[in-house]
Amino acid sequence: MMKLSIGPIQYFWERQQVLDFYQQAADSAAEIIYLGEVICSKRRLVKLEDWLAIGKELKQSGKEVLLSSLTLLEAASEMASLKKLCRNESFMVEANDISAVQLLSGAGKDFVTGPSFNIYNGRALKLLAGKGLKRWVLPVELGLDTLKDLQALRPDGLETEVFALGRLPLAYSARCYTARSHNLPKDDCQFKCIEYPDGRMLATQEAEEFLILNGIQTQSALTHQVLDQLPELGALGVDVLRISPQHDGTLEIIEIFDAARKGGDLEPLTEKLLKLLPLGACNGYIKDQAGMDYESQQIA
Amino acid sequence: MELVCPAGNLPSLKAAVDNGADAVYVGFKDDTNARHFAGLNFTERTFEKAIRYAQDKGRKIFVAINTFPQPDGFKRWKAAVDQAADYGVNALILADIGVLDYARERWPDLRLHLSVQASVTSAEGIRFYHENFGIRRVVLPRVLSVSQVAHVITESPVPVEVFGFGSLCVMVEGRCLLSSYATGRSPNTYGACSPASHVRWEETGDGTDTRLNGVLIDHYGEGEKAGYPTLCKGRFQVGDNTFYALEEPTSLNTLSILPKLQEIGVSAIKVEGRQRSPAYVAQVTAVMRAAIDQCLKNPDSYQPQDRWMQKLSEVSEGSQTTLGAYHRPWQ
Repeated sequence: MMKLSIGPIQYFWERQQVLDFYQQAADSAAEIIYLGEVICSKRRLVKLEDWLAIGKELKQSGKEVLLSSLTLLEAASEMASLKKLCRNESFMVEANDISAVQLLSGAGKDFVTGPSFNIYNGRALKLLAGKGLKRWVLPVELGLDTLKDLQALRPDGLETEVFALGRLPLAYSARCYTARSHNLPKDDCQFKCIEYPDGRMLATQEAEEFLILNGIQTQSALTHQVLDQLPELGALGVDVLRISPQHDGTLEIIEIFDAARKGGDLEPLTEKLLKLLPLGACNGYIKDQAGMDYESQQIA
Repeated sequence: MELVCPAGNLPSLKAAVDNGADAVYVGFKDDTNARHFAGLNFTERTFEKAIRYAQDKGRKIFVAINTFPQPDGFKRWKAAVDQAADYGVNALILADIGVLDYARERWPDLRLHLSVQASVTSAEGIRFYHENFGIRRVVLPRVLSVSQVAHVITESPVPVEVFGFGSLCVMVEGRCLLSSYATGRSPNTYGACSPASHVRWEETGDGTDTRLNGVLIDHYGEGEKAGYPTLCKGRFQVGDNTFYALEEPTSLNTLSILPKLQEIGVSAIKVEGRQRSPAYVAQVTAVMRAAIDQCLKNPDSYQPQDRWMQKLSEVSEGSQTTLGAYHRPWQ
């Protein structure tokens, strides 16, 4: 049976909210939990020491815990934090940037790569497996056909994870778009992200809700979900399905995926899932189409 | 500081060489490079002429093979590497770990540069590519401030190339999927952002709408000049405001900080624009050549001349320029 993981929280949440979330996650059906700040080094309500403490508790609840690294590194202070993260002796690290891969492989440590780390072919997979890669997340823009080819080329012992639900991580910038939307520079952002626990909506001039501003990250406004494809993903030997946390309903979403992986009827599960998404669903990427497209066999 | 200029066809390549480029970078006519547009790039025959023209005049030619092959297309990337190597290219500009691994194994003596599409922003990251593939230069993404670039240069095992002029990617290169989210095609998978096949210009009662696969990127009023609907340069609504939420149509221009770039040890300045005309290449190359020469000769008294700035702004997006991420307040 495919395992379920909870990806790192992409947004800036209040400290108590983060603590509450993982307390609930401890009792969820997810087997793997990724912890840490992956977007902005200025978000410091939960520090490395806190993540380690949360991780320890989750581990005692039987979860596999990993620490996720920052996706875009710019400042020297961010490199110092990354080095500290990679030196931790408690948990494996999800590398979201090549710098983390270099640090971890240099120290002889195994690692996982996240959804914004570019692995598009078998040769890259093989080389990284030789460096200590134990699990990798399929880049979100790739679909089932490429996944099938990559699974055939996958080195022995390497696990494959698929970004199964969440607003898609689409881009990263030096510029903070949430601050910009408040007419503030990044250096004086006033931590505006905290006001948007699911990110800030960007719509077209026709009021079509299109993208989400989440600090320096841009996400899809629609929530990518692959419930329909669970049987195919299972047949292709995918090991882990990742659920990316949203402000409300993440635990219910995990229950739905848990039921689905155990062979539950996808139609009522899909119907239930769609009601939990902040805006609506998309699944184009998994079918090699535009990421924003949506087509489901369950609900016309 | 070496001046590295773009060429999407033979006339552009000649324009770059004739106006003082030290090196010209090109791509082949397929999805192996990040400027995969109809009517652009080099066939084997034009490439042969290009390399001869550049090298006969003592200039270098680099081939960009900087997209990310999937298993079913990998042989196309190998063929591109082999073709460039066979013709004696001065360097390959590569991004994907698999392609770098192939090039290093098959052509161990060939000079490899790490493309901006590899998205590497730290010396630790550069070390990975240096240790594993022997890269001899890195092109940094347009997300670092000048002081951050300086810091990377101090610790980098290889020389550093940065962008000096041209259309500005505001997202870190190689990790931007906005285009495939809207169209199914991204720089990584297809070698194009906001592909022309998905672009529509629609006259409305009160102006022009520009769309990308149906998504309204911008609306221009009567008399307003409509720009190409690049996703990150459109006007959108956030809260109560309609504005350029990500970035305005603008180009990067580093003329005002050239002495600083030289002082911190930048080895090469890259000009963006393989999709632009030979006239663009000629004009930008000539200005950058004059500016770099002046800067090298006398960095202390260097001042960007008004006519240089004028010429560059004429060929800039929206006729405006910016220092982008180099300048902290931009961020």
